[in-house]
Amino acid sequence: MPEALRDVFGRALVELGRENPNIVALDADLASSTRLIYFAEAFPERFFQMGIAEQNMMGVAAGMALMGKVPFVATFGVFASRRACDQVAISVGHCRANVKIVGAYPGIVSGNNGATHQAMEDVAIMRAIPHMVVVDPADDVEMAQAVRAVAAYDGPVYLRVTRDAWPRVSPERYRFELGKAVKVRDGADITLVGSGMMASQCVEAAEILAREGISARVLNVATVKPIDVQAIVNAAEETGALVTAENHSIYGGLGSAVAEVLTEHAPAPMARVGIRDCYGECGTNQELLAKYGLSPQHIAEAARTVLARKGSRARCI
Amino acid sequence: MHECPEEEIRRLRQIATRIRCHIVRTISQAGVGHPGGSLSEADILTALYFHVMRIDPQRPDWSGRDRFVLSKGHGAAGLYATLAERGFFPPEELATFGRIDSRLQVHPDMHLLPGVEVSSGALGQGISVALGMALAARLDGRDTRVYCLIGDGESQEGQVWEAAEVAAHHRVDNLTAILDYNGVQLMGPVREILQVAPVADKWRAFNWNVIEIDGHDMRQILGALEAAQGVKGRPTIVIAHTIKGKGVSFMEGKSAWHGKAPNEQELALALAELQAGEEVAHA
Repeated sequence: MPEALRDVFGRALVELGRENPNIVALDADLASSTRLIYFAEAFPERFFQMGIAEQNMMGVAAGMALMGKVPFVATFGVFASRRACDQVAISVGHCRANVKIVGAYPGIVSGNNGATHQAMEDVAIMRAIPHMVVVDPADDVEMAQAVRAVAAYDGPVYLRVTRDAWPRVSPERYRFELGKAVKVRDGADITLVGSGMMASQCVEAAEILAREGISARVLNVATVKPIDVQAIVNAAEETGALVTAENHSIYGGLGSAVAEVLTEHAPAPMARVGIRDCYGECGTNQELLAKYGLSPQHIAEAARTVLARKGSRARCI
Repeated sequence: MHECPEEEIRRLRQIATRIRCHIVRTISQAGVGHPGGSLSEADILTALYFHVMRIDPQRPDWSGRDRFVLSKGHGAAGLYATLAERGFFPPEELATFGRIDSRLQVHPDMHLLPGVEVSSGALGQGISVALGMALAARLDGRDTRVYCLIGDGESQEGQVWEAAEVAAHHRVDNLTAILDYNGVQLMGPVREILQVAPVADKWRAFNWNVIEIDGHDMRQILGALEAAQGVKGRPTIVIAHTIKGKGVSFMEGKSAWHGKAPNEQELALALAELQAGEEVAHA
């Protein structure tokens, strides 16, 4: 059974804390949700409760990083990206402070908290900040390794930590590498490019398409920035069409990043699956994915539309 | 009163005058910068860099150094003048201030210039970074002291008060904030734009140790910074009552000189006044 991504994050950080005494954690009264509480229990002297004051927290993390610490600062994605945006850009970004910003409960699947807590634009904001690396792991296997890679990397990182468990897409003996996309299913007709928990939605969509005789590749792009240009170019050249799927607005996130690569390197028909310029609401994950167009059925439908545009190169029936 | 020998006080005052001359010259040459707030902070920076802080200009990255964060980043010309005078870089480089390819950005860039600890200029942020430095030093058991200069206009930013409550809650006593309380911001007097008074009471209410001084009296500055080192269990803020544009009569107390460069005639007048003031002080 795959484990909840926040739990995997929380435990991975404890493990890293044992290995590296410079790792510290900063919380804005959400540690029980973000699972930073595991670190707090293991290393109380290295856990800093900053209260509900995210802007200050981001600056404090930057200051600690400038003194050689490796701060993991965790809050909901909405607050990390929107509320503390200028602090992330200047105190963390401009200072190139070695701060790891954890955006918990990102996107539409935000633990049934509704619109105020659904980070639909966090990736867009973070991607636009110079030097910021953006990582959105797909499953528990990938999360455990991504936390480690993020800690080892010297520089600011935004790590999306989804609340719940999602189907595992990572292959056996998976080795996560920052900046590398992973082909989790091969296919010849089209590539479904997913980030975060949408990678497993893409795999399910590929199965739907397979039943229709469409061979879909699935590319898991956990590192949205810097994006794996070669993997996307290969997908465009080898399959000729792409659909991106992200738990995020269609503006500025994975879809935009892939479109940028295609436009500059390998133009190919594509479609974006994501939140279409609106705020969310309450509901179960499955209800929200269905209502906001992020279900495997929606990805499959987008694939069919793109394949129609692919024209003579399409090998579908 | 602070037990500092009179010769040391005189030395520091002379340095402060040289720093003020650098400030007006630098800003005038560049045609850009913030003379008012750079002149008001000059005595405080002099005390920190020439008497109080453990620093080594030859080793700007020395890990045992004390840290200074200019949260009011628009006071950059004052900081650069101080760093140059202290030997972090040649004073001739002040002439590049604000020009393309310069290490002397109009708001400080920590990656360009040795001695600049933190990139600042987005108001309210520096004090949080300084707090993080102080917490990290304490965690490591180091005796590093962190100093942070904030502005009174800057104190209108909510983040300053977030940092204030967090620093007090965590009893961060190796952090000393200094408020350059010159009473004037870009668009006019602080009391008219957005009143920050009673600012000392506010900091007291946030559980900080508060010391109020004349921010141009070198003996009082040294006394306050020394007293702050002895306060345990809570952070200290030195509320330094200063004069915007201090030392140049036509700039003093004038919001017009918050972000305006003096022309050649104004520069000549300013330098003459500063030098005359020096002679009067030591006559």
